[in-house]
Amino acid sequence: MNATDPNSSNCFHCGLPLPSGAHYPLQLTDARHETCCHGCQAVAQMIVDSGNADYYRHRTAFPQTVAQQNPEQLLQQLRIYDMPEIQRSFVKTGEGDVREAALILEGIVCAACIWLNERHLLQLPGVMAVEINYSTHRARVQWDNRRIQLSSILQAIGDIGYLAHPFDPQRQEQVFQRERAQGLRRMAIAALGMMQVMMYAVPVYVADAGTMTWDIEALMRWASMMLTLPVVFYSAWPFFQGAWRDLQRRTLGMDVPVALGVGASFLASLYATFTRSGTVYFDSITMFVFFLLVGRYLEMGVRRRSAAAVETLGKLIPAVATRYCDATAQQTEIVPVAQLLVGDTLIVKPGEAIPADGVVLSGHSEVDESLLTGESRPLPKGLGERLVGGAINVSSPLVMRVDKVGADTLHSGILRLLDRAQAEKPRIALLADRFAAWFVFALLLIAGGVALAWSIVDSGRAFWITVSVLVVTCPCALGLATPAALTAATGRLSRLGLLITRGHALETLAKVTHVIFDKTGTLTLGRPVLLETMVLGNTSAAQCRSIASALEGMSEHPIARALHDANATQLPIQNITSVSGQGLEGMLDGRRVRLGRPEFVAALHGQAWPDNIFSGSNQTLVALGDEQTWLSAFLLGDQLRPDAQQAVARLKQLGIKISLLSGDGVSVVQGVAEHLNIAQYAGQLLPQDKLDRLRELQAEGEIVAMVGDGVNDAPVLAAAQVSIAMGQGAEVAQASADMVMMNGQLERLADAILVARQTAHVIRQNLWWAAIYNVAAIPAAALGMITPWMAGIGMSASSLLVVLNALRLSRAPHTSRVAQSAPALSGAVLATEVH
Amino acid sequence: MDILFLLIPISVVLVALIGWAFIWAVKAGQFEDMEGPAHRILMDDDTPTKPTEVK
Repeated sequence: MNATDPNSSNCFHCGLPLPSGAHYPLQLTDARHETCCHGCQAVAQMIVDSGNADYYRHRTAFPQTVAQQNPEQLLQQLRIYDMPEIQRSFVKTGEGDVREAALILEGIVCAACIWLNERHLLQLPGVMAVEINYSTHRARVQWDNRRIQLSSILQAIGDIGYLAHPFDPQRQEQVFQRERAQGLRRMAIAALGMMQVMMYAVPVYVADAGTMTWDIEALMRWASMMLTLPVVFYSAWPFFQGAWRDLQRRTLGMDVPVALGVGASFLASLYATFTRSGTVYFDSITMFVFFLLVGRYLEMGVRRRSAAAVETLGKLIPAVATRYCDATAQQTEIVPVAQLLVGDTLIVKPGEAIPADGVVLSGHSEVDESLLTGESRPLPKGLGERLVGGAINVSSPLVMRVDKVGADTLHSGILRLLDRAQAEKPRIALLADRFAAWFVFALLLIAGGVALAWSIVDSGRAFWITVSVLVVTCPCALGLATPAALTAATGRLSRLGLLITRGHALETLAKVTHVIFDKTGTLTLGRPVLLETMVLGNTSAAQCRSIASALEGMSEHPIARALHDANATQLPIQNITSVSGQGLEGMLDGRRVRLGRPEFVAALHGQAWPDNIFSGSNQTLVALGDEQTWLSAFLLGDQLRPDAQQAVARLKQLGIKISLLSGDGVSVVQGVAEHLNIAQYAGQLLPQDKLDRLRELQAEGEIVAMVGDGVNDAPVLAAAQVSIAMGQGAEVAQASADMVMMNGQLERLADAILVARQTAHVIRQNLWWAAIYNVAAIPAAALGMITPWMAGIGMSASSLLVVLNALRLSRAPHTSRVAQSAPALSGAVLATEVH
Repeated sequence: MDILFLLIPISVVLVALIGWAFIWAVKAGQFEDMEGPAHRILMDDDTPTKPTEVK
């Protein structure tokens, strides 16, 4: 499945179709290949030059296209990771100058990627060891700090088209690793115990009366007991702990009946073994524990995968600022944000986040506050104007004075609002646990009644019959019913691109009656895209776009990203200069061209701007002209996600009400709402207003799902019964959401609700089945008709049924179409976010 | 049937050994990456590059 065919019309490196007229050849020893753009050519050339051309033979999937950055600029950004203060959190210091760091690798799609990365890094002088885990996409790199710096290693990974960033393994990874290893050990001990105890148990069951001598049976019992000991005291220990916790809090959870069943039957079997009387239940105990542990282990695996994917987004961003050492010397130093003081003078370069609240001292730029306020267009900021920490400086350098740091900043204020909302989150008690409380209560009552009745009828049999009631009703199926269904459904959703980060999300999602959408970044892409090219001169639209693309090639401005098209013909434009807040100028074939505000371009040729061209609200107009005349006008604006309309329509089909709440201007919100056919909408809302609206809906008895992406949405996300954050949105939003939509395909939300409803259905079925099984088995056991082997078979059959029923959830239902329409687009969105 | 008095204790000891071996394997990280090694073995370095380089 490789693109090694030299005549292929697809890019040799990334597999995308070659744009017409593209000519980016790549010379291999055996043939010449075509690539689609500069980026692919550079990456492929680097791979071939470093002697790793075998990658193209081995790979089984095409790489993701990673937005290629200016190497100098990239290295500049990565340098921050070389600072000891920054490294402290993720780098382990070994003997002498040996350092070790954990990295998250993005862009790994097949095993050949691992091979390529490992070989490429090991070729760097100074790198001592590289180990990449294919399952988790985590890398461990060891290097000699005297010979190579971490920034060079990160850049080397960037050179071959992957993205690496350090992460702090202390945070979650180690906890997970320990839990996983422990879960695996517990499960394995239970499995071994179960298999071998069954070996001893079966002969006793099948032997004809009298053929097995009493001493042999005693031997079997002792052997079974030896093997059951570790299962009860090691494997089943978490259940006892859980039950003890529940009892201390005076609640009855799922662990109580489990602990009770295991404990009672184990003690009874011990008694039977020592006194050579009654019956032993060692086989049932081990099987029971094993089934439950398998359920827990699967659940843990799914949760870990979700958490790991979220962590990939919430990467370790170095929180540093550039500070003037002293106002006159103009010397700067890089300091961690935590060390900033009120009154410090900082310089904020374009593309950087503003580290604290403050005031502009000099410079003029545009600032993107969309993550904080929801305002999608960058706001102009000049001398004396206030800056909000967390906003992004877009166009040119700003010198600012710090006024507020730490807890006083607006950003922290929003975080506090979030904390409060999170604390007030409606507690939806777990269905199974509530069920279990009643169940345990009823069970204890019945067992007590049986014991009493039999002690009157036949006191000799009373103890054993009571034990068999406890064993047969051991809520194994009940214990598996919920986790098995949740595990299957979570796996299914993560294949759809939705990660579940909180346990209750699925249950609540099934009951949702109202969905609230944010606008910017949720229903829309949240970044300007080129909507229209209007030709004003004799130059063709394609040619105009190429000129604009070449001019904007180096800029980080969001408008530049919209105009820069990596696939456009590369024009040789020289002397590109940027005029802050105005635009760009460059030389093309000996004539000056300008791109930017119409006034700025008009200054070059002195012609009036045509009246009939103007931008709508929330749109930006960019003009292109040369020394003679206007060439073209580009209309840029935020665009609805391609599947927004479909998503809204499908949600309505499911009988769900929809509202649109946005911080943007009312007219814009109205336009979007009308286009998408959303009846309830409101604009110009502050985070607090959104929260109030949400509370109103909740007071009316609606179960609300909130879909949002910004920091301003975080409190609302936390207060909604179930919340979904967009994968490319702000980290705070993701941290407060119950689910994260990784691929930005809104349509998947309808699928998720369908899956959630189906899951709730399956859980109910499972609980009913478990209840029916118990109701049927209890009378038989109470009458003394159940032998241990019957209890064993009944239990495993009911557990198996429950698991198989849950597995139906992991198959795609025929009710939803799994369209693969826009993954490339969402991939591109992600790529622009990651830099 | 007397042989059972020997065989059954032996089976208990064997299970204990297997359990110990498994725990060792978990500790040694054998279950960390379930997919990578299977692919890794297929991609050996047939064409050593820069053979003179000292790692």
